Amino acid sequence: MHVPELVLAAAETVLLLGESGSGKSTLLSLICGTIAAQSGSVSVAGVNIASLSPGKRDRFRAEKIGLIFQQFNLLPFARVQDNILLPLQFAPERRKRVKDPPAEAKRLCIGLGLPENVMASRAGRLSVGQQQRVAAARALIGTPALIIADEPTSSLDAATQTTFLDLLFAQSRANNTTLLMVSHDTRLSGQFDRVIHMADIAKTVREVA
Amino acid sequence: MILRLASGSLFARALTVGMTVLAVSLSVALFLGVEKVRTGAKASFADTISGTDLIIGARSGSVQLLLYSVFRIGNATNNLTWESYQDIAARPEVDWIVPISLGDSHRQFRVMGTTPAFFDRYRYRSGQPLAMRDGATMSDLFDTVIGADVAATLGYDVGAPIVVAHGLASFSEHEDQPFRVSGILEKTGTPVDRTVIISLEAIEAIHVDWQSGAQIPGQSTPVDVIRQMKLEPQAITAALIGVKSRLQVFGLQRSINEYPQEPLLAILPGVALQELWQIVGIAETALIGVSAMVVVTALIGMMATIFSSLNERRREMAIFRAMGARPRVILGLLVLEAVLMAAIGAALGLALLYIGLLIGQPFVDRAFGLWLPIQAPTLREVWVVLGVVAAGAVVSIAPALRAYRMSLADGMMVRI
Repeated sequence: MHVPELVLAAAETVLLLGESGSGKSTLLSLICGTIAAQSGSVSVAGVNIASLSPGKRDRFRAEKIGLIFQQFNLLPFARVQDNILLPLQFAPERRKRVKDPPAEAKRLCIGLGLPENVMASRAGRLSVGQQQRVAAARALIGTPALIIADEPTSSLDAATQTTFLDLLFAQSRANNTTLLMVSHDTRLSGQFDRVIHMADIAKTVREVA
Repeated sequence: MILRLASGSLFARALTVGMTVLAVSLSVALFLGVEKVRTGAKASFADTISGTDLIIGARSGSVQLLLYSVFRIGNATNNLTWESYQDIAARPEVDWIVPISLGDSHRQFRVMGTTPAFFDRYRYRSGQPLAMRDGATMSDLFDTVIGADVAATLGYDVGAPIVVAHGLASFSEHEDQPFRVSGILEKTGTPVDRTVIISLEAIEAIHVDWQSGAQIPGQSTPVDVIRQMKLEPQAITAALIGVKSRLQVFGLQRSINEYPQEPLLAILPGVALQELWQIVGIAETALIGVSAMVVVTALIGMMATIFSSLNERRREMAIFRAMGARPRVILGLLVLEAVLMAAIGAALGLALLYIGLLIGQPFVDRAFGLWLPIQAPTLREVWVVLGVVAAGAVVSIAPALRAYRMSLADGMMVRI
């Protein structure tokens, strides 16, 4: 995959559209630093990820990036509160920004429309919609610079999808966070500051051995 | 929080983890149980005789003399003459001496002829004297004092009649001279509990009409006549000796071993016990080895369980990685889980051991005469438990390294 240039502004909400196999997940892995670019550079919050050692890259990811996956992205056996506070375990600076982590987790949950008593519940016992909101709260805690959401609404029904996105936008704007969301669904385009098509920013080259 | 997450992950796989923990706990209980029986048997043997400096008997092996004279295991090949006994008893180094005459039985219990000095001088478990639970020591020629197990097994109380059988597995009984239970001893956890004690004179009395191991046909001397007889033994089986000064023990031992009138053997009980442990040492080591292998097998089973769970847990590992956990955190998490499993298994094994001891203690005592004390875990047991936990950590390193490599390869985009 070759991406000539892609720049996301601070606090911008961007929808990344693309067909299956167009390289969306590879692009996200490049931004997160779990795979390295063969040439060129990937910078997040002004830091070239390739210049960091693997350990520092993991910590940088924990500090700067909040992640929401399509589904099954919570530890089902852990309490909601532990799931939300998990990234703070590996991100000391992000943890410092949160004065009272349990209270902040609760505040985010309420902001995302979850019931107050959900904190002590096991994540695996929640509905899919509730789990996605918990995942959003986990991505938002400690106000990371960038939130990457990989098709977070694909397993939600239409009504839940709208509510989820409204809440996600509200929270990311309140925290001045950049949001990069991947989806197949072109109907979501109107809700984002910018819409990018994978086909416009990247050329995918497949090598056949 | 990581500990909470690790334990939460274990609870989420309760069935497989439970089975693994159960296997570890059973293996630990078995290992500690074998240890307990081993040390209990040693302590029980060592506690059986206390304060006796020398045991003398006819010349045979030192272990054999110890076994038949103290533990009522096996038989004497020969006797010690009463003259030699009296000669040794009169030596200036001897503080006290207790004769023992064995050979007869009552039901499955050995009959021991001795003097009242036995009740004063015999000590067990760090110098504890014998105590009467009921009744008193022998005051009549045909009185007997029985051990606690004899009374419990045969349901005897003070006053109960006892007929002594000739020899150990004989159908001939000394039925013309029945005894009466005059006293029952407190439980000691030693072979005394399984002994019927009569006086040395009584041993002679019941053998008045016997010759060469058989009753003389048609001869039955009335008890009243026997009471009038001079019932001095011609020979005894062994004798326990206490010396005036510990410094004289070796000198007296050497002197008895070189006794010119007849071939005798004097042994130090502690030294003979050590010889006994050396003899059973190989079997003991084999037993420990087998039980240790059971623990190793359980730990390998735990390793297999962790290995087999790795694939289904790739998503969980990916979530940790996505949240910024370094691969070594994944490694640490798996080791922590293994340590938790091993620790719970070991603790449960310890608990099972004590429950087993509580339930099995009276049975083992009744069946084998082995008193297994229920005490706080010894330092050795604590080390075994810690060793199992450490071994749990060691065996988890292989699957943890695999998880480490998987988490490096998968990153955080696992699609299962």
